[in-house]
Amino acid sequence: MLRNKKFALTGLIVLLVITVVSACAAPAAPTEVPAAPAEPATQPTEEPTAVVEEPAVLSGDVVVDGSSTVYPITVAVAEEFAAIQPDVRVSVGLSGTGGGFKKFCAGETDISDASRAIKSSEVDLCKAGGIEYSEFLIGLDGLTVMVNPENDWLTELTVDQLAALFGVSSTIKQWSDLDPSYPAEDILFFIPDPDSGTRDFMTEVVAKVKEGEEDLRTDEQTTFSSDDNVLLNGITNEKNALGFFGYAYYVHNTSKVKAVPIVNSDGVAVLPEDHTVSDGTYNPLSRPLYIYVNNKALVEKPQVASFVDYYFGNEGAQAVMSSVGYSLPPAGTYDKNIAALKTVLGQ
Amino acid sequence: MSEKVFASSAFNDNLDSRQRKARIWQTILLACTLLGILVLTMMLVDIIVDGAGWLSPTLFNNNHSRFPEKTGMNSAIYGSIYNVLLTALFCFPLGVAAAIYLEEYAPKSKLTNFINININNLAGVPSIVYGMLGLTVFGRMFGLFAPESPLVNFFNLPVEAGNVGGLKFNLFGIPGLIIHLPFGRSLVAGAMTMSLLILPTVIISSREAIRAVPTSIREAAYGLGATRWQMIRTQVLPVSFPGILTGIILAMGRALGETAPLIIMGAFMYVPFLPRNIWDKFTTMPIQIYNWITLPQPEYNIHLAAAGIIVLLLVLLGMSALAIFLRNKLQVKW
Repeated sequence: MLRNKKFALTGLIVLLVITVVSACAAPAAPTEVPAAPAEPATQPTEEPTAVVEEPAVLSGDVVVDGSSTVYPITVAVAEEFAAIQPDVRVSVGLSGTGGGFKKFCAGETDISDASRAIKSSEVDLCKAGGIEYSEFLIGLDGLTVMVNPENDWLTELTVDQLAALFGVSSTIKQWSDLDPSYPAEDILFFIPDPDSGTRDFMTEVVAKVKEGEEDLRTDEQTTFSSDDNVLLNGITNEKNALGFFGYAYYVHNTSKVKAVPIVNSDGVAVLPEDHTVSDGTYNPLSRPLYIYVNNKALVEKPQVASFVDYYFGNEGAQAVMSSVGYSLPPAGTYDKNIAALKTVLGQ
Repeated sequence: MSEKVFASSAFNDNLDSRQRKARIWQTILLACTLLGILVLTMMLVDIIVDGAGWLSPTLFNNNHSRFPEKTGMNSAIYGSIYNVLLTALFCFPLGVAAAIYLEEYAPKSKLTNFINININNLAGVPSIVYGMLGLTVFGRMFGLFAPESPLVNFFNLPVEAGNVGGLKFNLFGIPGLIIHLPFGRSLVAGAMTMSLLILPTVIISSREAIRAVPTSIREAAYGLGATRWQMIRTQVLPVSFPGILTGIILAMGRALGETAPLIIMGAFMYVPFLPRNIWDKFTTMPIQIYNWITLPQPEYNIHLAAAGIIVLLLVLLGMSALAIFLRNKLQVKW
């Protein structure tokens, strides 16, 4: 009886070990395989194999990390890329723009997704890590200011009004404080929380109109969240809600919330839409989205060059951009990107 | 006469009110129990209503896609299972050994006391802290193996740069046993982080199981001339094993459900391939579900997230069932 049990125990442990080892270690041998062709492939990169219509069959890893805003674009491009290069393994992390740069400048990633341009402190970090990189503009995100669909009084907002509403020294408590013809009801603000690049961008916009405003309001009428869906639900459920977040969350939920037209630099009130963001008429709330690519990885790893090339090709970001809720940069940007890529590759 | 005094003064006094009080307490306690179950049922119903329609072979066979009807969590399911099995592999020997030492060997000293207090405290540390620890200690190893680090320069170690860089060597020269230093963003680093997280729980539950073995059994073993290790190996461990196993499987359930530490440690969100070995990149079910919840489309943040939770629950239930089965199977009866 006891022996039986002991046998069962030993068997169990052995089984556990075997499962793990066989599951993970058995295919260990092929891991070395992709590493091997990577080196001889360095030479052919100088010939136009990576940046042409018919790339060679590539393999190996492409490691991407960074902004949660850019994440859906990169993932969508990676999904399409897998159809033509099934052996290239693109993995994407989500550390935020700042967290992404920390990893990128330590050489841990090949590509960094960013919802803002690299900061000077991060430039120094990359310099210290010996990382040379290329910056590519990949798209635009129209920051959308939203109200509840029942709100029928707010028909447009100027940038000055935005600053007055969202700035840290804001004294506006009720709609009537903004305009006497509006109802005298308390406004509930829904704002992305301090880690978010969306919030940083709005802070910049506010700071441009009102000197010294370095933050957004933090009073008891304001709700913060890093989850845009929480903000979305808040605005959906509160009649007197006012908030902002990325266009993607608005465009997939147009029945739940109403976007407020923003008066642009030409004095025209413009709604965020794919074409108004793309052609720059929706300003100043359109923000640029970037990817940063490690130059060494571009030159040494043909799969990274091929992925970046695909990113700016016809089937890449252009094809997926509107389905993930972002807008394309001005026409010609991708051609410039490809030219810059070729320069790095020495072609 | 004495009977009457006894009845009226000592027992019948306030009988009604005491019994009423008893009934009230019974009701309150029942309500508390039901409330918990009610909330759980509501959550389950909500999740099943939202997600059941989205359970399909696609969900199991595909990886994440930007089209909701084509999306799946194949790599996340495998990632979770590999991660939990590796965690058990690391955690089981360490946790049980520590428990045996603390219960059977440790002298009553200030050091033992200090260790006890710390193990109990560690069980209450927020999981995200373990994630940061995992990133520094396992993921990056304090940058000791980065190119040009003092250690690397001093010993002239052959480190590789890049995202799967560091020092690679075969342990004891065995071809299959490759070791990567640092562990990077691999399954090993994830499992090590998870092991740290559940180790206190495993030690505590193993100790409970070991303590439940009657002293008479130990003394009988000594009486037959067994050494302490023989007594532990032949008596204490077989008897306490079902309890130890239950504790470990419950702790593995916790490891299966954790998201934050793995994300901090550096697990990827989008991994459209299965790990090739234990040094490969991975993602897990909770990470995938978390990602779906943050996406803007209702198909993802309501339906697919719920479907993912159902799959996660099924795996968890499977593990609990295994725990119960093994406990019953291995139970020792005197």
